[in-house]
Amino acid sequence: MCTTCGCGHGETTINGISPVRRKRVASAAHGYRLPGEHEHEHEHEPVAGPLGAVHAPEVDPERTLRLEHDILASNDALADRNRARLAAQGIFALNLVSSPGSGKTTLLVETIRHWQQHTAVAVIEGDQQTANDADRIRATGVPAVQINTGKGCHLDAHMVAQALDTLRGDGALASDSLLLIENVGNLVCPAAFDLGEAHKVAILSVTEGEDKPLKYPDMFRAADLMILSKTDLLPYLDFDVEAAIRMARQVRPGLPVICLSVKTGAGMDEWLGWLKAGCGQAQRAAEPRE
Amino acid sequence: MHELSLAENVIRIVEAAAQQARARRISRVRLGVGALAHVEAETLQFCCGLAARQTMLADAVFEVERMPGRAHCNGCGQDVALERIGLPCPQCGGFDLLVTAGEEMQVLEIVVA
Repeated sequence: MCTTCGCGHGETTINGISPVRRKRVASAAHGYRLPGEHEHEHEHEPVAGPLGAVHAPEVDPERTLRLEHDILASNDALADRNRARLAAQGIFALNLVSSPGSGKTTLLVETIRHWQQHTAVAVIEGDQQTANDADRIRATGVPAVQINTGKGCHLDAHMVAQALDTLRGDGALASDSLLLIENVGNLVCPAAFDLGEAHKVAILSVTEGEDKPLKYPDMFRAADLMILSKTDLLPYLDFDVEAAIRMARQVRPGLPVICLSVKTGAGMDEWLGWLKAGCGQAQRAAEPRE
Repeated sequence: MHELSLAENVIRIVEAAAQQARARRISRVRLGVGALAHVEAETLQFCCGLAARQTMLADAVFEVERMPGRAHCNGCGQDVALERIGLPCPQCGGFDLLVTAGEEMQVLEIVVA
């Protein structure tokens, strides 16, 4: 309420939302502003008659509420919570994104095969339908949770929070471990949704066009590492590796790139080394623990 | 089609704010979408209309304000306008750009009664 004139129709406060900014109330007849909006730079024009009569409280005028509320605020808050939970346990979490068919699941299976002597691993699989991918992961002996998004085109932080609860309930979320989240195959939508991961890793297979980073810039810009997969097929294709890397770095300056083939094993050591460095950082950041 | 998820978030945000303000109806919703945001502004606007059905926002008009993209060029040190990701610095042609504005996706304001 304005302490000078007593105006304060509606006593509008928006809890948990960006504070209401200065904005004149739509009703020009009044010349008053919403409470909290005016810090008394407003002129108190001579008011004829008692305030109640002038402000006509029974009238419900249109008013503008300034919100400035991020549309993804609820997702981002949950993602921050996921990140904090993972960080407290020293878990290195990655969000693997690509188009369908880039070889994400095959890369995961092969990564797990080489990794298991280092730390525990858990996997969260995202697909619209089927548990095929989680079944492939479980066949390696590693715990996996399958999220089926139905019609959804991406994972969000809420789904991942639930998957983390499931893993934890199964005793499958070990401290100082590696968590691999395979997003829904889609180069567009997952770019916008923070899941609480340490990094997004974009996978581009050489059977796709080398200009994918320019066609889908949001995803490559959101990534902290690009893996060029299926490089064993390069002799049979016209894919220009240098051009693909150059275009990726147009949208994400300095983007690290690993060229990799799970068939020949080329690049696997570099990828495993990158994972080890990340796990080490996550573990050190979590110390000391109670 | 993540615009529909975003539109559903818009409806939730606006309903919560309107209820908090004890509003009875919402006539207008103004969204702010940066030129470099991960969303197609027109699709978002369309999806808001779909998501608004059978809610307090059923009769609301959705407007989108486009905010320009800005970046700092590490190559030439200039602050420049950036229309979309993937374009070079308009001053020096380099790509070492740090986006400074234009990624917003917000509910800017609502008009209620």
